[in-house]
Amino acid sequence: MPRSLEDLLADVPLFEGLDDEARTLVAGCARNVHFGAGDRIFKEGGEADVFYVVRHGSVAVEAFVPARGPVTIETIEAGEVLGWSWLFAPYRWHFDARALTVVRATVFDGVCLREKCESDPALGYTLMGRFAQVLIDRLQSTRVRLLDVYGNDGRH
Amino acid sequence: MATTAVTEQHEPGAMVPAPFRVAEREQDTVDTWTLTLEPLEGPGPSIGPGQFMMVYAFGVGEVPISVSGPPGRPGPVVLTVRSVGAVTAAICASEPGRTLGLRGPFGTAWPIEAAGGDDVLIIAGGIGLAPLRPVVLHVLDQRAGYGSAAVLYGARTPGDLLYTDLHADWRRTVDVEVTVDTAGPDWPGRVGVVTKLLPGARFRPEQTTAFVCGPEIMMRFAARALLDRGLAPERILLSMERHMDCGIGLCGHCQLGPTLICRDGPVYPYSTLAPWLEVREL
Repeated sequence: MPRSLEDLLADVPLFEGLDDEARTLVAGCARNVHFGAGDRIFKEGGEADVFYVVRHGSVAVEAFVPARGPVTIETIEAGEVLGWSWLFAPYRWHFDARALTVVRATVFDGVCLREKCESDPALGYTLMGRFAQVLIDRLQSTRVRLLDVYGNDGRH
Repeated sequence: MATTAVTEQHEPGAMVPAPFRVAEREQDTVDTWTLTLEPLEGPGPSIGPGQFMMVYAFGVGEVPISVSGPPGRPGPVVLTVRSVGAVTAAICASEPGRTLGLRGPFGTAWPIEAAGGDDVLIIAGGIGLAPLRPVVLHVLDQRAGYGSAAVLYGARTPGDLLYTDLHADWRRTVDVEVTVDTAGPDWPGRVGVVTKLLPGARFRPEQTTAFVCGPEIMMRFAARALLDRGLAPERILLSMERHMDCGIGLCGHCQLGPTLICRDGPVYPYSTLAPWLEVREL
């Protein structure tokens, strides 16, 4: 028997601990989607009016570098959030996203969610806190990799 | 969890390099080679997992290199060496038939026997997989003696990954997850920091021993992530690196707080290391 979106959201770390009412509100802006391996999910500069929670598979977040081609900045795996540009004006994607494998995901309508957050500040505060954690994790990951810790220190 | 002090006494092999002939030389990455060295005198040393040898490229210099071969068996010594300077470049360039000098083994070993029955996390960064390879080989060999087992491995790029020809074989027995810091579009695997592999690993935090080796800052982040997931600090084992000259606790160059890494380490529990890792002057 297919699980309802509310049930699926209960297993998503981003929504862990959310009460039933909030989960129902969020689920009202969501639907399930599917991508084939190699499919482009979004493109840099495109309108960022959604975000995804990956339920199965792997997604590459890429930047196109002239003379190098696409460079993978990060991969997003099952249980993780893909996309936060829906939260901040001008609501444009900063990078490309491409399915590395078959991907099953839940997509959330950012406009719908923003409206619900504005009319329900408690929900808005909760979601903003959760997304702040996603942003912090990505920032820390980027900072650590900026250190190039595996580089050659040239001692011996 | 106490680490295993294997060598306290200073036998002749501790002071005078023994000659070993390069039997095999295999390139792992653009700057890393694995050498198999056969003793020219005697059966060769019995080496604990995580212990290191002082390797002498005659006429160039001597460096500490962790052993990456199967643990605890006398015989050939397997070393994976990254060419980062004059001495390691000379070692890496040693063709089969050349002779190198080895002293040791030195230092503490990964306490793999004490971790028996536990879930095992083997977390490696870059060349740090080499000192952990004996742990992987031991767990593969004694698989029934452990709970779940996972190798979580991070490197700079796909081309920097070590032992890629062995990963498929390892995966038949233990979980192996790999990530790199950056990659092109041909890389089908993960991109991100090694700690990002932890949420997908199966382990019981209260009954898990983690073996961690890599750049010190990577180990610091890994240890914090493991603590966040409920591991006890004494069950998080780290292999430390400092400049070493003598290997036997005489010169003091590898001092870390009140210890000498060549003698009291390189393997320490995080519970011991934590206060010193915070001291920037050390």
